[in-house]
Amino acid sequence: MTEVVLSEGELAPPRSLRAVLRANPLLTAAAALGVVLVLVALLAPLIAPHPADAGSATHPLATFLPPSSHHLFGTDPVGRDLFSRVLYGARISLAVAAAVIGFSILVGLPLGVIAGALGGIADTVLMRITDIFLAFPALLLALALASVLTPSVTNATIAISITWWPWYARLARGQAASVAGRPFIAACKALGLSPTRTMLRHVLPNSLTPIIVQASADVGGVILTAAALSFLGLGAQDPTPEWGLMVNQGQAYFATQWWLVTFPGAAILISALAFNLLGDGLRDVLDPRRVVERR
Amino acid sequence: MNTTPLLEVRELAVRFGSVRAVDGVSFELARGPFGLGLVGESGSGKTTIARAVVRLIDADRGTIRFDGTDVLELAGAALRRYRQAAQIVFQDPDGTLDPRMRIGSALAEAATAHRRLPRQAVRERVDRLLDEVGLDNQHRRRFPHQLSGGQRQRVAIARALAVEPRLLVLDEPTSALDVTVQARMLKLIADLRDLHALAYLLISHNLAVVEQLCEETVVLYLGKIVEAGPTDTLLSRPAHPYTQALRAAVPDLEAKLPVRDAGAADTPARVDDWASACAYHPRCPLAIDRCRIEPPPLRAVEGRRVACHRAEDALANGYRPLHAASAE
Amino acid sequence: MKLALRDLRIAFGRRTVVALDELDLEEEEIVGLVGESGSGKSMTALAVLGLAGPAGATVQGSIALDGLELVGLPERKLRDLRGRRVAMIFQSPVSAFSPVFRVGDIFIRALRLHGIARGDAVARAQEALREVLLGPDLLHRYPHQLSGGQAQRIAIALAVALRAEVLLADEPTSALDVTVQAEIIDLLRLLRERERMSILFISHDLAVVAQLCDRVAVMRSGKIVEAGPTENVLQRPTAAYTSELIAAVPRLGTGRTA
Repeated sequence: MTEVVLSEGELAPPRSLRAVLRANPLLTAAAALGVVLVLVALLAPLIAPHPADAGSATHPLATFLPPSSHHLFGTDPVGRDLFSRVLYGARISLAVAAAVIGFSILVGLPLGVIAGALGGIADTVLMRITDIFLAFPALLLALALASVLTPSVTNATIAISITWWPWYARLARGQAASVAGRPFIAACKALGLSPTRTMLRHVLPNSLTPIIVQASADVGGVILTAAALSFLGLGAQDPTPEWGLMVNQGQAYFATQWWLVTFPGAAILISALAFNLLGDGLRDVLDPRRVVERR
Repeated sequence: MNTTPLLEVRELAVRFGSVRAVDGVSFELARGPFGLGLVGESGSGKTTIARAVVRLIDADRGTIRFDGTDVLELAGAALRRYRQAAQIVFQDPDGTLDPRMRIGSALAEAATAHRRLPRQAVRERVDRLLDEVGLDNQHRRRFPHQLSGGQRQRVAIARALAVEPRLLVLDEPTSALDVTVQARMLKLIADLRDLHALAYLLISHNLAVVEQLCEETVVLYLGKIVEAGPTDTLLSRPAHPYTQALRAAVPDLEAKLPVRDAGAADTPARVDDWASACAYHPRCPLAIDRCRIEPPPLRAVEGRRVACHRAEDALANGYRPLHAASAE
Repeated sequence: MKLALRDLRIAFGRRTVVALDELDLEEEEIVGLVGESGSGKSMTALAVLGLAGPAGATVQGSIALDGLELVGLPERKLRDLRGRRVAMIFQSPVSAFSPVFRVGDIFIRALRLHGIARGDAVARAQEALREVLLGPDLLHRYPHQLSGGQAQRIAIALAVALRAEVLLADEPTSALDVTVQAEIIDLLRLLRERERMSILFISHDLAVVAQLCDRVAVMRSGKIVEAGPTENVLQRPTAAYTSELIAAVPRLGTGRTA
């Protein structure tokens, strides 16, 4: 028929994962750190030298020991091994982050995509509902819950989740609305595809990138928020080895037993940093237009 | 042989707020193979008409009959069936394909949009479509950003053909392409027209493209038809001053003439009361008092329809090309 | 020799996008730079203004304006030149203007930036608008209130008001209606005579170049494949690519393909 057209300035095929990682050192470093943290969280029971210390065990004879080869991070006011507690703390923090972000995406993404893709009344109604939830500050809600129910990691997670999901709805809605205006969506309509199929197979996949980026950056944010709540006494309670709680418990002794605050605090910092960088790196990599520059 | 037109547009009107983008347009498209060109500049309404024909936007007034049925009245399953029969290819090759879908999947989706096909049959269909538009099988696994603009436009055409339409609307299909790519694309459209006995509505601002691909042409200005008829007639002996201005403005590769008047032709300003005057009169070299108070009706003159009080004079004058070797 | 480009090499990292050996623009001459997308023609123009560097490219070679070497010139000196001695107009004129300023303010700011007193600036702005056949009332409009043709004329008027010696025009008519395009082409020809401007006209449209340019250079993949007087290049092309470009232009009067 017509001659095969291969020479019209073709672009290179997509790069392998290895090439992507090599070209983005930031992403690679952050991803590696993130993997380490997840592994620590998963393997804590195996790596921790004194797993019982992460629970209610106390050692009245070994209190306030400085860092040593027996206790890498020292011991706390009731003699528990801080290293083990920090390792277990990773489980809690990452679990809370997973729960909050998972819930936010589960609720926010569909609401946002429907609002953005359909527009009109659906958009207005859904976004006003979102606005109502956006008005709740996490801290006040947690305070309210704490006064009604007993403060705990679970209740703190619920409080954070309720205030977190609206951001995802907004984000999804903005992206979906932008995608819905692009010519290929009009093409779907012209082809006769059903609106449902168009939304699920075309609008949704193209709305995911900012969500993914936000989610990875948010892990750090959730960890910080949970730690803040625990620090204020509204979240985890003793003996739960949550990082924020440990900072709270150690702050009075900061001048003399510095390790009580420093190690949990550093754990919070490093985790938040790692996931923030991961989010940044992902944002750069997931932009499909980057490949075009290589032409 | 069926001689009723495939598409009959009557008194089509589309408003955007207070702007009458399309204001009482009527034309017919014969059965394929046949091409009708819609020519005009910005604000002419040609793109709006294209979208109304494929029901991407709604019209305020008028009828669009496809095979005798008014498509503006259709809904539900009947509308879906019409969407199979009439397809559109957009101007911009960049946004026209889902960036996250491989070419093969996109074409498969189109091929199965209106009927179920076993997987093997879908594959064969996709391969055949790619072949028809001059792309290789390997392109099936590619993503849009891995293709050039011209290739993406070919995929857009293949996608439109996948549903086996009887009417194809091409909205400036080559404007965004490089000139060598454009030439190949025009040849492709011509070949496909022969292969499938296609009837198409070609929207373009480029008279030469319309001349190559369309037997008949409709010239639009500010939402109204100013002249319509056989392409060759319109281009060689235009009867409306605007058609003449369009024809004269096409730069010629061959020769250069001294500067004429670099005056104030510009994007036409919209005025709401065009109902009471000729829309072109502010720019028209032949305008007389009558043009300001009486809108010219579309009437038959020398084998075409033209909306001008002084069409006969315009024909007699001929057009003065701004930049061509010969004066006619 | 108004503008002389020699051995110009523009690259993004290891990828060379322009490898231009020689390109001249004489006084009061209109030279066309023709090519398709990716040919490097726009990058060449940006390099003249010293804007290729900020875009991430490395520039080597020589670009001489009346003998003054522009490559490697410090930013301060380049800023003095831009607009004042070498002006540039783009394909999308409306987006080239800051949307928060009225046209009149844009003129006054530009003129004052180059050391012209406010009173003179207003007069020059009005005079420039007359030159491009626009009424002075447009000075009060915002860019988004202008049509494409008007905006492009204003961009040209700015160059006139600043008494620019060289005008770099990057696809100035590609986004305009064909009737408006014809007027802009004529305007540029008029300006060459009246304002004694040298114009480098970048375009993918051979027919427009045929109308406007004294000489033309054809670019492909960063190199000039052919250059010479317009009539020679278009009637008797020596390079195969030039012939291909010429053949590809859809011509009126050639009959129907379908």
